[in-house]
Amino acid sequence: MPDITENKIFSILNEVCDPEVPVLTILDLGIVRDVKYNGDEVEVIITPTYSGCPAMDMISMDIRSRLAEHGYKKTKITSVLSPAWTTDWMSADGKKKLIEYGIAAPRFSGNISTDNIECPQCKSTNTKLLSQFGSTACKALYQCNDCKEPFDYFKCH
Amino acid sequence: MQNNSNTDSICEKQSWISYILHLADTTLILAQRNSEWCAHGPILEQDIAITNISLDLLGQSRNFYQHAASLLNAQDDIKHVTEDSLAYLRTEREFKNLLITELTNGDWAQSVLRQFFLSVYQSLLYDELQKSTDKQLAAIAEKSLKEITYHVKWSSEWVIRLGDGTAESNSRLKKALNTLWEYTGELFIPSDYEVECTRAGIAPELASLQEKWMQAIGDVLTEATLSIPVNGYMHTGGKNGIHTEHLGYILSEMQSLQRTYPGAEW
Repeated sequence: MPDITENKIFSILNEVCDPEVPVLTILDLGIVRDVKYNGDEVEVIITPTYSGCPAMDMISMDIRSRLAEHGYKKTKITSVLSPAWTTDWMSADGKKKLIEYGIAAPRFSGNISTDNIECPQCKSTNTKLLSQFGSTACKALYQCNDCKEPFDYFKCH
Repeated sequence: MQNNSNTDSICEKQSWISYILHLADTTLILAQRNSEWCAHGPILEQDIAITNISLDLLGQSRNFYQHAASLLNAQDDIKHVTEDSLAYLRTEREFKNLLITELTNGDWAQSVLRQFFLSVYQSLLYDELQKSTDKQLAAIAEKSLKEITYHVKWSSEWVIRLGDGTAESNSRLKKALNTLWEYTGELFIPSDYEVECTRAGIAPELASLQEKWMQAIGDVLTEATLSIPVNGYMHTGGKNGIHTEHLGYILSEMQSLQRTYPGAEW
């Protein structure tokens, strides 16, 4: 298959956004593993963020409909669990967009320390954890001790 | 499907499937119990925390059920099953969950202590399962472990907070410990299908996890100013479908919609 097609598929996938964090595309999130061509069928291999993330079903539906709009009628979505998704696969651009959106970006995985998370509003690291679990499974709730704003932190995973 | 074909021949297929269903049912019933806290948590943040844990567990159970369904559907003599039919259309005697997961929530102390016991258990079990000859099971374990790390952290902090808190919170946690302890033996007593799966390299040997579990539980309980109770009578049966009276009530609530309106969808 020529490269141009692969670029085309990836540019279409880059239009599919996370329904819960709409500033991130699924490429920013790092959940697209591979794209394969089985004859006239396009297979998109994705990996879930969290086992119970309700956004995954919606993302699969969005991938199908976006590809169909561009004329790719036969699509197959395959979910692969291993190696397990990590926030380290999130793009640098994605992390920047998260901060601009008001969500603190994840640190490197394995670092589940709750100290010195940077406030996305005033950039202070004098912040405190309010709850390990936030509005979605992937986020924790923090508050800035300086500007007093509460904010979400995208947990490293 | 990503199953090792060796696994197929070594282990009796029925035991293999029973083991995956045991993991799935344990996770699902615990998720269902935790979800009962939704809108009833002591404060909003903790209500959100325990229901997020519930959601993680529900997702993990879906992975197990999907895997079990693909193995079952590969057999000729079985009618087509799905993750949903396995969760919603099996009877009480067919469920293989650990008894401790089906017990009622009790108070907050009892719910967080149960979560703590099981999170530590899952972290040890799944760490070993990553080496399973069943590659899909290993992948589910690898995925789940990342989530469980947060559950262990959250639940152990709560056990310490309550045990080392006020006289009231301490006495509630003590009561919870006495209620739950006699259900912890079952975690380490293997059923026949687990013995067979251990032999086939699908499952780890449960006895090898017990010492580490006791150590981890003991460390946190000590910090919580409590001590491990003396081992007495231990209830068993859940792994083989012999349940307490509580499971029937959960199933009747959880399954009522699919039983009343078969095939109903959102």
